[in-house]
Amino acid sequence: MIRSTKDFWSGLIYILFGASAILIARDYGMGSALKMGAAYFPTVLGSLLILLGSISLIRAFIVAGTPISAFAIKGLLLVVGSVVTFGLLVRGAGMAIALPLLVFISAAASSRFRWTPTLIMTAGLTVFCVLVFLKGLGIPLPVIGPWFGR
Amino acid sequence: MELFSNLALGFATAVSPVNLLYCLIGVFLGTAIGVLPGLGPTATIAMLLPVTFALQPVSALIMLAGIYYGSQYGGSTTSILVNLPGEAASVVTTLDGYQMAKQGRAGPALTASAVGSFFAGTVATFLLALFAPPLAEAALKFGPADYFSLMVLGLVASVVLAQGSLLHAIAMVVLGLLLGLIGTDVTSGTQRFTFGIPELADGIGFVTVAMGMFGLGEIVRNLESESERSVVIAKITSLMPTREDWRRMIGPILRGTVIGSALGILPGSGSILGSFAAYSIEKKISKNRAQFGKGAIEGVAAPESANNAGAQTSFIPMLTLGIPSNPVMALMVGAMIIQGIQPGPSVITEQPQLFWGIIASMWIGNLMLLVLNLPLVGMWVKMITIPYQLLYPAILVFCGIGVFSLNNSTFDIYLMGLFGILGYVFSKLGCEPAPMLLAFILGPLMEEYLRRAMLLSRGNLMVFIQRPISATLLALSLLAMLSVLLPSFSKTREEAFKE
Repeated sequence: MIRSTKDFWSGLIYILFGASAILIARDYGMGSALKMGAAYFPTVLGSLLILLGSISLIRAFIVAGTPISAFAIKGLLLVVGSVVTFGLLVRGAGMAIALPLLVFISAAASSRFRWTPTLIMTAGLTVFCVLVFLKGLGIPLPVIGPWFGR
Repeated sequence: MELFSNLALGFATAVSPVNLLYCLIGVFLGTAIGVLPGLGPTATIAMLLPVTFALQPVSALIMLAGIYYGSQYGGSTTSILVNLPGEAASVVTTLDGYQMAKQGRAGPALTASAVGSFFAGTVATFLLALFAPPLAEAALKFGPADYFSLMVLGLVASVVLAQGSLLHAIAMVVLGLLLGLIGTDVTSGTQRFTFGIPELADGIGFVTVAMGMFGLGEIVRNLESESERSVVIAKITSLMPTREDWRRMIGPILRGTVIGSALGILPGSGSILGSFAAYSIEKKISKNRAQFGKGAIEGVAAPESANNAGAQTSFIPMLTLGIPSNPVMALMVGAMIIQGIQPGPSVITEQPQLFWGIIASMWIGNLMLLVLNLPLVGMWVKMITIPYQLLYPAILVFCGIGVFSLNNSTFDIYLMGLFGILGYVFSKLGCEPAPMLLAFILGPLMEEYLRRAMLLSRGNLMVFIQRPISATLLALSLLAMLSVLLPSFSKTREEAFKE
């Protein structure tokens, strides 16, 4: 039976990455040790990764390890989701919409979320970012985006 | 003497009003992020990198350097006052620092830490000025094979010094090297692992990876333990240590400085390892070892001196060889490249103003930090009370805007999210992200040097052991690897990380 879930899953991930690297690199031209092609280094690294993954996988059945602690799925989804939402909206809807949304979605991941301080901080942060990054440093992002006819 | 004329040039550069201002901004920000738990120098420098595009190269690097060593000062304040390490290198300081605070001696603990850091910073800056030029001169003799072996040594060291399983650390390095190859291959022009996505043709920016793994990943990890986080700040009565305290901290500060400076040069460690080593050595040799863990001032002075010394000397490989020894230094290399400066041994001779200006600014910055951290400690204490639930959304905003501004592309934002997930999953599986990031940066360089070495030696692998420099470096790597397998060393390694 699996005695170390950490070793088991990380081993699988290494093998997956190593194998895909080798498979994809087959199209790139191997070359020789003297004139190494684009596939040479990735193939060497991929093989190494498969080897390490296999050791990890075998070890998972022999040596007992600490179990994986629970994943904070909600936190992960909200934090990553907030950033992705920001990316999707910032060009079209503009900073004034995308930034507050990022703050609210990500802040919802905290168990200590409270509306009033979050609202005050969002307002301050939006003004600060518009002034410093958009006006000051000239980052080409709209305050209010073209989706709103501007 | 040449050293003094060089230092004079450095000070002349560093005391120009503009550079003084950026030095102050850097150490101020550094102290702030050091004080705030859950925000480290890697994520901060990554966020601020785009801001530095508009600055002069000297000013930009002075500021970024200030953030790094400034965070070493700030980290101790949180360790002592709230028993939370503000910075990874301040973990051991919580052991005795917080105990001192509980006994009403927070003031002397803060003073010991600040004075120790200042002394260590002064010595380490001087060491940097003394040893960097001859090292850079030696580095000019390096051939491609030697560079390749040097990077191998760097990666091996980062593996040996990583927390947790050796196997996983090595695998993370290999994975990092592989991910670093994404993009257009310089030699053949082949687009590798780009899946036809045009944004990937130039490769993945390391800032994107750093922000994802260290920024986003870290936030999710912090949210996990949110309920355990309770901030009770110890009161500071008097900052002045007693005569007895002064007497007891001299030895630890001196030893901490030496240990920290030596270990800081090692690739892969920076300031963290030094603080652990200094603490365990003091614990072994101190006359007051029974007091360790119960509020011994030695247990604050030694690691705090060591981490600041290490933060300073970890600039040596970056400034002399152009090889980053930790993620923060990799970001510094990135900042130099963006400014059009190719990091390497020639920086000292071609950009003397830049090189000596940075070094001089470090000493000035340390002086500023002493003032910022002792008389103004009350201001930082207020900062600790900023609740994390307000802080992390703001961090995410800066990450989002920062990563966008690198290429003015929203694709990088999604990529950062992906690396956030990857970083979190790997940390859950007990795999450290730091060696991976270092390998990610070194990957393309290593391939390039390997190629050149092979071309020069006509495909003969023996070149790596025939060249004396390369052979020495590889022997050192082998030695480092073997030392981990020795039972006595691996025991100390485990103990060091447990504490």
